[in-house]
Amino acid sequence: MPDITAILHAIHPEHDFAASGDFVADGLLDSFDIVVLVQKLESGFCISIDGAEITPENFRNLENLKSLVARSAHGQ
Amino acid sequence: MANNHRFSGGKVSGILSVVPKRVVRFADEIGHYGFSKEKSLNLQETMGFDERRIVDGNTCGSDLCLFGLEYLRGRGLLDPRDISAIIYVTQTPDHFMPPTSAILHGKLGCSRDVLCWDVNHGCAGYLYGLIEAFLLLPLLGKKIVLLNADTLSRRSCRFDRNIYPMIGDAGAVTIVEDAPGGGDIVFNMQTDGSRSDWLAIPAGAFRIPSTEATREIRALPDGNRRSEEDFYMNGSGIFAFTQTDVPAAVKDLFEFAGLGMDAIDYFMFHQPNRFMLQKLARKLGIPEEKMPNNIVGKFGNSSSASIPVAMCHNIAGPLLGGELKLCLAGFGVGLSWGTMIMDMGPLDFCELIEK
Repeated sequence: MPDITAILHAIHPEHDFAASGDFVADGLLDSFDIVVLVQKLESGFCISIDGAEITPENFRNLENLKSLVARSAHGQ
Repeated sequence: MANNHRFSGGKVSGILSVVPKRVVRFADEIGHYGFSKEKSLNLQETMGFDERRIVDGNTCGSDLCLFGLEYLRGRGLLDPRDISAIIYVTQTPDHFMPPTSAILHGKLGCSRDVLCWDVNHGCAGYLYGLIEAFLLLPLLGKKIVLLNADTLSRRSCRFDRNIYPMIGDAGAVTIVEDAPGGGDIVFNMQTDGSRSDWLAIPAGAFRIPSTEATREIRALPDGNRRSEEDFYMNGSGIFAFTQTDVPAAVKDLFEFAGLGMDAIDYFMFHQPNRFMLQKLARKLGIPEEKMPNNIVGKFGNSSSASIPVAMCHNIAGPLLGGELKLCLAGFGVGLSWGTMIMDMGPLDFCELIEK
């Protein structure tokens, strides 16, 4: 099973995601990063993320990302 | 329920798209956006960014359309004496006044009986233009010339990574005429003006007149750069809009029409980027081969001209050879969004040319 933190670091190795409470507000992820992250989560976890779920709220922190992956897996 | 309607008696008889000859490549521009090489490659693959067509200098959308109209006249495919109205849909008019449709009327040498409309609309503008043409047709008859053109590359900051990598310029000529006994055309159209600032050129008209300050390109908190006179898009908001409001309206129209998605030969949707269209196709349960998403990477997103460009590039052969059942959808500035289901073809012409 892939690790979401590792995927985040692969996209932005220069950022300290563990030190941020809000990846979007803190500028660690922009809208293009979110698009790339969606692709990597979908291929890594073999899931399909509903387009309506691609909102900044779901990408703010690790917990929200884990919930998004879990919901997307159950929606298959 | 969306604002669903049905009419009959009209048809599209020909489509010509005109793109500028000038090709620009995303790979040559990545330095403007501050992207790493890896991120650029990721975006190229995911969003479909590759090549775009943009105009040189002060070329206007009307120049592209006039080139197309003369091309058709030169080949005997359009006689100005057969035209009853010109509808010009754009967000980049030649001037604040007069209407660009009147300028084209003069250059084409149309008679005084030809009515001219400018319509200020963007990515839903192909549907707005078609609706207007179909509504006018019973009154005016003959051929209604629908022109869709934009040159938004001239109002987009080349440093704005939300906008500039996807913008393309294009013009399109669509002929709408009577079709006695023709099939039903169903459509819906919706507007939410409470989100009108999500796609905008804030300054440079009358509410915020142009000044040195509004023309200054500034660094923004998100790392982007643009002036107040450049095209602005709330990227995440627009993405959510296309994944919620748009599919709901599409499904609603199919219910109204009493049709299943499998009745449609092609879904010719506005072309914002590949990722957005792939997500939309998946949400609607449409096979990707029925919904082309290759325009942003080949020509760029040319707002209201993107649907005719997509049709001329992807399904010209089938449209020239026979009848297709199409679902068109446009969504964007306003915010406005709509869907139309219609039979189209065999067309008198369906071609994409360069100017």
